[in-house]
Amino acid sequence: MSASQAEGYAQTPIVFIALQTNDESRRIIDAIEADNPHAKVNAFPAMVKIDAPGRIVVRRESIEERLGRAFDLRELQLHLISLSGNIDESDDEFVLHWRTA
Amino acid sequence: MTTNKSSNIAKAPRKLSLKENYALMTRDLGWQPSYQSVDKIFPHDHFEGIKIHNWEGWEDPFRLTMDAYWKYQGEKERKLYAIIDAFQQNNGQFNVTDARYINTLKLFLTGVSPLEYAAHRGFAIAGRAFRGVGPRVACQMQAIDELRHVQTQIHTISHYNKFFNGLHDFKHMHDRVWYLSVPKSYFDDAMSAGPFEFITAISFSFEYVLTNLLFMPFMSGAAFNGDMATVTFGFSAQSDESRHMTLGLEVVKFILEQDPDNVPIVQKWLDKWFWRGYRLLTLVAMMMDYMLPKRVMSWAEAWEIYFEQNGGSLFRDLERYGIRMPKYHEVATKEKNRLSHEAWATFYNYTAATDFHTWVPSSQEMNWLSEKYPETFDRYYRPRFEFWRERQQQGKRFYNPTLPMLCQTCQIPMIFTEPDDPTKICYRETEYRGEKFHFCSDGCKDIFCDEPEKYVQAWLPVHQIYQGNCFLPDADPTAPGFNPLAEVLRYYNLNVGHDNGDYADSPDRRNWEQWTGRPGAPVEEEEVGKAA
Repeated sequence: MSASQAEGYAQTPIVFIALQTNDESRRIIDAIEADNPHAKVNAFPAMVKIDAPGRIVVRRESIEERLGRAFDLRELQLHLISLSGNIDESDDEFVLHWRTA
Repeated sequence: MTTNKSSNIAKAPRKLSLKENYALMTRDLGWQPSYQSVDKIFPHDHFEGIKIHNWEGWEDPFRLTMDAYWKYQGEKERKLYAIIDAFQQNNGQFNVTDARYINTLKLFLTGVSPLEYAAHRGFAIAGRAFRGVGPRVACQMQAIDELRHVQTQIHTISHYNKFFNGLHDFKHMHDRVWYLSVPKSYFDDAMSAGPFEFITAISFSFEYVLTNLLFMPFMSGAAFNGDMATVTFGFSAQSDESRHMTLGLEVVKFILEQDPDNVPIVQKWLDKWFWRGYRLLTLVAMMMDYMLPKRVMSWAEAWEIYFEQNGGSLFRDLERYGIRMPKYHEVATKEKNRLSHEAWATFYNYTAATDFHTWVPSSQEMNWLSEKYPETFDRYYRPRFEFWRERQQQGKRFYNPTLPMLCQTCQIPMIFTEPDDPTKICYRETEYRGEKFHFCSDGCKDIFCDEPEKYVQAWLPVHQIYQGNCFLPDADPTAPGFNPLAEVLRYYNLNVGHDNGDYADSPDRRNWEQWTGRPGAPVEEEEVGKAA
């Protein structure tokens, strides 16, 4: 990463969510991308790390639309690798955020 | 029809929301004791000075209940073992980049897997110590997770043990081999602290702040190097890790919100455990820069992403509680362009006494290091590796036969350099009860000075060897021709000539080349030139 990019990130605290890449998580990643236009999806071998300044929301409905079946947000546990930020989870949304943002 | 349907819905039991479900399946599991006082049942949750006024203030944001826990963990296990079966049936061990890669697994199995077991014990102990139901359930899940992690790692890596050396006795080695006292003592330090310090140390400082630096590059590195089995156990473990990290952040926020008197205590722990964890990650730094035949990112890049950027965001969020960045974080940042090079050079020196192999990086790999470390590699480290390569080509591979001086706190040899001078070894010392103690850094010295009575008891491998405590009972130091190093290696259960020494002439490399017909290390351009 360049120094200017690092400075840019330092201005707004970033949250991230990292997921394994597999058939199911590809749809989840799509849904996150669609719901968080400000987020950046970084691909690494076997995983993606999604960074966003301030907040990331994962919506059950968006995932269900893409998977074509009911989805319990707790199923995220099967694909999660790591995350950063305060978590707020309900039946419909899984939110990562920093209060300073 | 419509009426019928709505009456059906009205009759069906209402599905509980996530929050209600969590409340019933967690908080509701607690009870008020009748014939013993709560203080007597939980005697360990106040001696550290942490004041908790309301245990109900504890929030588990994942709201995972035991029934859901078993369901998802069971699914993770089924996926994992299906892949391991396929890996074994298809001789996946021969699909990795080259046999040098296996040395990262040796480091992992002897250095990290036993820590998973230690974490299992630690969380079982911590769970028993807290009077709040929320933290007890969270600690219970984590204790089970950690047991799962150590089991899956042993199952996965045991397959490699059939083909490669150095993996045959990881538990024995973890308790004895000199450099493994670094991870072992780290966890022993945490487990012998109080429950709040333990959970701050492991869940927050290690899991939240630093563990991304271990698992993300390591598992991505495994994927990049064709090691499907390790990627699988790693990611399976890491999926639990997200829950552990969340517990870590939650526990720190909970403690800080309970009483302003808790703030300085927590800050002191954050300072201590940041530095302890960072020193432990030295092993990861050298793994990333030197041991992975195909590299994902450099240690310095990983440090920038996961500590400077992500860690920076986290500590800004905690500022409102009066928490600042951990002490000496700026020293860690100053060291980011040297850490891995200093560490690998040390292991290159002492590889006669390690359960894994070391080697001089190939020319292409040195070029990669120059590119990733433009300010330091060519200037300080390349000349040393080129000199060692030259010696090795003359048949004079350098093995250091002396024993290094260790830091009393982190137990790493005194290899680190002054924060502002990468050419000068950093030495710090202090006196305690008439004895002198030595440290690799101000960070380690401060930790000692805060609790000297704890760290004077450190089991330092070099001291123990000199005191004669690292020989088998049948060793006779008075016998003519007694070879202390050979005796220490026998005590380690190290198979000399197989497990240790340079990779270049190891049986691992010979076997790899015979079995796969592929080179055991990158073919040097100049060698190709010479042959032509």
